[in-house]
Amino acid sequence: MKYPYSKRVIEHFRHPHHMGRMKNPDAVGVAGNPVCGDVMYIYIKVKDNRIIDLKWETMGCAAAIATTSMLADLAIGKTLDEAEKLTKKEVADALEGLPPIKMHCSNLAADALRDAIKKYREKHEN
Amino acid sequence: MQVYLDNATTTRTADEVIEAMLPFFNEKYGLPSSEFGHSMGIDASDALEQSRKTIANYLNVKPNEIVFTSGETESNNLAVLGVARAKGKGHIITTSIERLSILNTCRHLETKGFEITYLPVDKHGLVSPDDLQSAIRDDTILVSVQHANPEIGTVQDIKAIGEICGEHNILFHTDASSSFGLEDLPMEHIDLATFTSHLIHGPKGIASLFVREDITIKPIFFGSNNEFGIRPGFENIPGIVGFAKAVTLLSKKYVEKMRKQRDHIINELTAIPHTYLNGHPEKRLCNNVNVSFSFIEGESVVLHLDMRGIATSTGSACSSPNLKGSYVLEAVGQDPEVSHGSLRLTLSRYTTDREIEYALKHIKDVVSKLREMSPFKDEDTFRKMAKEEHK
Ligand code: FES
Repeated sequence: MKYPYSKRVIEHFRHPHHMGRMKNPDAVGVAGNPVCGDVMYIYIKVKDNRIIDLKWETMGCAAAIATTSMLADLAIGKTLDEAEKLTKKEVADALEGLPPIKMHCSNLAADALRDAIKKYREKHEN
Repeated sequence: MQVYLDNATTTRTADEVIEAMLPFFNEKYGLPSSEFGHSMGIDASDALEQSRKTIANYLNVKPNEIVFTSGETESNNLAVLGVARAKGKGHIITTSIERLSILNTCRHLETKGFEITYLPVDKHGLVSPDDLQSAIRDDTILVSVQHANPEIGTVQDIKAIGEICGEHNILFHTDASSSFGLEDLPMEHIDLATFTSHLIHGPKGIASLFVREDITIKPIFFGSNNEFGIRPGFENIPGIVGFAKAVTLLSKKYVEKMRKQRDHIINELTAIPHTYLNGHPEKRLCNNVNVSFSFIEGESVVLHLDMRGIATSTGSACSSPNLKGSYVLEAVGQDPEVSHGSLRLTLSRYTTDREIEYALKHIKDVVSKLREMSPFKDEDTFRKMAKEEHK
């Protein structure tokens, strides 16, 4: 196949992991992409400061879908502190790279996750 | 199964066309020459003039009104620049949904002191003759309005527009590259018109500009005196022969077939909840379907469909190299989220009912798969969020 995407991107795009809405999440993060208008929701379940489950919903291009799916794989099992530090580069690298013009899509996933973690902390600090 | 539904981008070259062209590569490969030259050159001249006649007859115009060019981009450039160069200065009227070969030529002319009015279109993509009427000035030298839009398929009222131009004695050009062979064109109201070969199953790299006999335009290339002095350069004889052959294969029966198929697809797709037709419900090219699916993004739709062997296109920002949504959908006043979820299917005479059923089945499947993935399930939240995103 002669797509501009890596094999891994295509795999995640075709068969995304952890996709869907979560019932009773501990926090929901949202990120939108002002460049092209895509939107992503990330739902997390947290136990002892660790992400024990993550689900997501994305409206966006193949890169946006694949990066959310990859991010879910990377984030599940990590502590909040670790997960918070996930960068778009790590996500893109795990996907064997993204076309340069699609790098902004991978921001979206990391941003939505950070938003979820922030909201979780706000709720649980008091 | 391989299903090609992107015939507004280009079409498959017909076998008959290829066959007609072949001898002109390795047997009759001469270039047109004067009647006092060698036979190979004379044969090429004959082929050139015969092809010109075929196309002129089809359009009901004179052979010396057909100028061959390298494509619709060149024809459109030649029409607008050719008139501008002949007149030297003035005002040009066009629309906001023309092909880029018109729009960018006009933008270039703006830097050279010409003034341009870009007429708006209504929500179906129609230009209002009243708007045209009121945009006309004493120094208007040219009106250029496309016959049909390649993206949303809307067909303009060329007769009404041509009549207004005629009353004011203003030259009227129409880009008929998308409608050629599919819609009748009232040639008697037109001064210049662009026709192209690769959208009617002819070869790529050849097109023509109709230039009414009694008007003067200036060339935009410089060289020899070919094509009545309007378009220098050696003639692309195999291309021209193929173009003319493609014209002889045009038939109303294909138009009827495509229209039925188009209506069937539109009915099936708009029956999917939260799906909207882009373009005009009736004044529409017989081979064009353009819909928007709420809650999902077009590049993902196109990619999924391609992996299932179905070639389509979208106006989504995500699929464009500059991350901008379709300017045509923007001009018809659609919010960005509409172009974001748009899908265009364009048919050809070769499109079969079986291919269409296959495509429909997969489109429905892909849409529901992507909607499952989408955070949006209702229009209100979707539109509100989309508005905030695009601020
Ligand atoms: S989400 Fe729009 S380009 Fe990736």
